[in-house]
Amino acid sequence: MSALLAAAAAPAGPLRWLSSFLYNRRGLYLALLLAPPLFWLGVVYCGSLLSLLASSFFGMDEFTGMIRREFTLRNFVDLAAPANLDVIVRTVAMATAVTLGCAVIGFPIAYYMARYTRGALRAAFYLGVMLPLWSSYLVRVYAWKLLLAKEGVVNWVFAQTGMSWLLEALLSVPVIGGPSLSISTLGTFIVFVYIWLPFMILPIQAALERVPQSLLDASADLGARDTATFWKVIFPLALPGIVAGSIFTFSLTLGDYIIPGIIGDSSMFIGQVVFLQQGTAGNVPLAAAFTIVPIAVMAVYLTVAKRMGAFDAL
Amino acid sequence: MRSDGRQGASRALKSAAIAGMAFLHVPMLFIVMYAFSSEDQTYIFPPPGFTTKWFGVAWERPDVWQAIELSLQVAVVSTALAIVLGTLAALALARARFFGREAISLLLVLPIALPGIVTGIALRSAYGLAEIPFGFWTIVVGHATFCVVVVFNNAVARLRRTSPSLIEASMDLGADGFQTLRYVLLPNLGTALLAGGMLAFALSFDEVIVTTFTAGQQTTLPIWMLQELVRPRQRPVTNVVAVVIVALTFLPILAAYYLTRGDEHASGGRR
Repeated sequence: MSALLAAAAAPAGPLRWLSSFLYNRRGLYLALLLAPPLFWLGVVYCGSLLSLLASSFFGMDEFTGMIRREFTLRNFVDLAAPANLDVIVRTVAMATAVTLGCAVIGFPIAYYMARYTRGALRAAFYLGVMLPLWSSYLVRVYAWKLLLAKEGVVNWVFAQTGMSWLLEALLSVPVIGGPSLSISTLGTFIVFVYIWLPFMILPIQAALERVPQSLLDASADLGARDTATFWKVIFPLALPGIVAGSIFTFSLTLGDYIIPGIIGDSSMFIGQVVFLQQGTAGNVPLAAAFTIVPIAVMAVYLTVAKRMGAFDAL
Repeated sequence: MRSDGRQGASRALKSAAIAGMAFLHVPMLFIVMYAFSSEDQTYIFPPPGFTTKWFGVAWERPDVWQAIELSLQVAVVSTALAIVLGTLAALALARARFFGREAISLLLVLPIALPGIVTGIALRSAYGLAEIPFGFWTIVVGHATFCVVVVFNNAVARLRRTSPSLIEASMDLGADGFQTLRYVLLPNLGTALLAGGMLAFALSFDEVIVTTFTAGQQTTLPIWMLQELVRPRQRPVTNVVAVVIVALTFLPILAAYYLTRGDEHASGGRR
């Protein structure tokens, strides 16, 4: 405090003049504060997004492989080719399945956390969800490469418990199966659910925490049994949280290209096609057109989510 | 004991919650175990024996050290940029109400709301159009872009918790705006900025999706790891590096959690 007084007693200098000048011009003050972050995100970042959008309308010279900067809708026509549609449908189906998987596994954790833990136990649960959210994406994918390998832990557990027949039955199912878990769509699904699960738990937990006890008491007083209270009171109030979480699980699955490349069979997902098109194939315009797909899907998804009140739960 | 509910959790709920948490954490224990495995060709379980020699082997690898060094440099510079930009945005948006405020908030979240691949390829196509060669700074620009919102979230949560009367009192006592910032606002913001910075650091240190698009020939630690995942050269070294990455990202996240416990889970989500 004495430092403050000493500083305040200092004679008026140019800084002090500037300070009062800005104090009287609120708009200018805000504009000065916002200029650097707005330049970065508004000009550099949004500019990049627009250049991406623009290049999705560029053409490619098929002989020279050079990008021609003239307007064409070729890339979007190419998107509708059966092979590409296949990729889009597969990716959206996977994103849907992963979202459902995360909701089913995440809900009990969030529910238990919000209603039955306090103090140290709650802090432990919270950290337990937050640590994997923030850290070591690649290492966590790598862990599953170890676990799902043919000689790895999961196979060992199935063999030790005499359940190998079950694993083999699962792997022989067409579409999701494959020679081993690490080379199957089922494996890709497991890893996606594992990686994005924390993104589902936290919004559900936040939504459930806001349900006041008095509502549950009222429901019980009015004669509802626990299951009725759950489905008629708790679940509808948790739904915005589930939708909020699903925004993350859905969006992250749509754009990921690393997980299906490391764990899974040779069938492609949107992210992998984008990566290959811009890299090896050098067809940046088609890659750009492909990235419009997740953006468009997410725009529709966000509009629906907003209607369901998911943003209040964020 | 329990804050609510006359009876405790049903056994089914409790076991589902515990099983879910085990699903989240048990795989990481195997990463640690495999770093000590004496087997170097396969991921055989249970490992035939245990050894600490791979830590020594990894220690001698210059490519690992170079990757760690580059990752640290990128993370430090991007975090510094993110702290400056995020704090400015937070100071402007914490209390003021003005036209376009919602749009600016959306803009801040956009880099993490959109899939990383969109951010990555957008920056790459912009670098291509502007004919900027790939290098250290192209990586930093990508990382700083998605780190800003992390710092912003932490700073804004703390600013909203700081009573406006503190600022008024400071002004009433004759301090000008800069003195208020220096002696009142920044000391209040300190731990929130530190926490935001640590999360941003962890995020940058670990990032791979945007980096694959914005790095040229440079190899950050996650890129090194990705190369090993796609084409394994020496699995035991990869296992050791995995443990190092886990340790280097867990510590700042834990610290960030303890620094912002009161701030309504400010650090709790990438939102």
